[in-house]
Amino acid sequence: MRTNKLTPYLFLLPGCVILGAFIFYPMLQAIWLSFTDYNMVSDPEFVKFDNYEKLFQDELFWKTLKNTFIYLIGVVPALVIIPIFLAVLVNQKLKGIGFFRSAYYIPVVTSLVVAGIAWDWVYKENGLLNYVLDLLGIIAEPIPWLTSTDTAIFAVMVVTVWKGLGYYMIIYLAGLQSIPTSLYEAAQIDGANWWQQHTRITIPMLMPFVLIVTIMSSIAAMKVFEEIYIMTGGGPLHASETLVFYIYKEAFDRLNMGYASAAGVVLFVLTLIFSLMNLKVMGKDKTA
Amino acid sequence: MAAKKSSSIIKKILLYLLLIAITLFMIGPFLWLLSTALKSASENIFQYPPKLLPEEPTFSNFGKVMDVFPFWRYLLNSTIVSGLTVILNVLFCSLAAYPLARMNFKGKNTVFILILSTMMIPFQLLMIPVYILSLNLGLQNTYLGMVLPHVTTAFGVFLMRQAFMTVPYELDESARMDGANSFQIWWKVLMPLVKPSLVTLTIFTFVSAWGDFLWPLIIVNDQNMFTLPLGLNMLSGTFTSDWRLIAAGAIISMIPVIVIFLLLQRFFIGGAMKGAIKG
Repeated sequence: MRTNKLTPYLFLLPGCVILGAFIFYPMLQAIWLSFTDYNMVSDPEFVKFDNYEKLFQDELFWKTLKNTFIYLIGVVPALVIIPIFLAVLVNQKLKGIGFFRSAYYIPVVTSLVVAGIAWDWVYKENGLLNYVLDLLGIIAEPIPWLTSTDTAIFAVMVVTVWKGLGYYMIIYLAGLQSIPTSLYEAAQIDGANWWQQHTRITIPMLMPFVLIVTIMSSIAAMKVFEEIYIMTGGGPLHASETLVFYIYKEAFDRLNMGYASAAGVVLFVLTLIFSLMNLKVMGKDKTA
Repeated sequence: MAAKKSSSIIKKILLYLLLIAITLFMIGPFLWLLSTALKSASENIFQYPPKLLPEEPTFSNFGKVMDVFPFWRYLLNSTIVSGLTVILNVLFCSLAAYPLARMNFKGKNTVFILILSTMMIPFQLLMIPVYILSLNLGLQNTYLGMVLPHVTTAFGVFLMRQAFMTVPYELDESARMDGANSFQIWWKVLMPLVKPSLVTLTIFTFVSAWGDFLWPLIIVNDQNMFTLPLGLNMLSGTFTSDWRLIAAGAIISMIPVIVIFLLLQRFFIGGAMKGAIKG
């Protein structure tokens, strides 16, 4: 090769400058800030582990952490399992199936603000959901879904799941279409029924995709913010406040930049477990 | 034979009913919003049981909301921000991916691992220092400020690297024989050959840039620079009394992305499937 030794680095330059300036440098700065007291007005003052000590003594921090895990436990299984059924459904050879695929994907492309407004309206006390449940005889009186401490976080979870279904459905659809049809043909010859074909072929062949979806939806659930901000504002009484919402409030409402950074470092450590798994899966993919 | 045929028809009908029921769940909230936006001022929108269809459908709410909701301005801002993000992201990722896929140089593996490792760092941790940095660079309330943090992604570099690796080396060699330099090979030989991956990356970047809320919320406070999600968020905060207007604003701000999606849906869904396999 007669290429100049510098050439590869020139190609890498723009991307690496951006990653350096907006990820690596801020990453180091966030860790440094987490050991300081900084309010954007006076210079950061080094306070050692004070922020972390304060954080671990703050009941609200533990509550938001608990809420984040409730969110994770509620949302991830739904986003891992339901889209498999959707993908099997829209993988049928039926007339107009493309329409249904697109319809299920629409929530993915709409902004969360629009989705939040639409669902807010569904959740109103005299709104659609209470009406439908009333018709079905499930509830005796309307439930204030978003303003009751018992239901707020679960109501928002439904929106997260609803918005993510189409996305993960497409991932599974890609997985389904990568399964050779000869497997199903052989199974049919052996007399396997619909259920057996799916439990013995579809599910095992989809396992790598199940893993990817589990990791992706877990990381997303740990970082949930927008739905909460738009629909409940973390309320009522912090009942739906998650870790990222807490970080946002501390940083941008109260300007406790150092303290918020410490909470951010906790978020980083928690998501790291999932990210490392993700990297491992991707590394395997690379060699394939 | 006839029995078998009729049972398959019943099966088909049940399948369609199921598909339609799920469709209602997926787009029902938007239809309910649309119905509210079409209700006239004389109709009580809070009545119970709720009326699914407007009594006298009217478009007046859409006209009214345009007076308080500068839709065109927000649309312009959203378009500029998403457009710039897509162009720069596709460009920078493809540039960086080329040597990682097809050249040998010192530190190649380290650079690649460092780029991939950025996926592990949540933006929600970075937003504080990036905010401080952006203020210092004078990027508050600017398009560049909204765009720059998102113009190189590990996903994009990874996707393009995978795409470049599938192109046969002979093509580079023969172009080099013809006197092309590395940059020309990248732009004229390789880029046209990886168009499907470029489309995938474009769509992914567009959807996330168009719907981005957290970062613009932090870096923009001048209403003239609001993107559609920010503008709509403010509308719903200011006009809590008139749900018809909020609903109309939400429907209007949904239109551009729905139109783009419907026009390009096969790329959206094909691209997402491809991204799923690669990423």
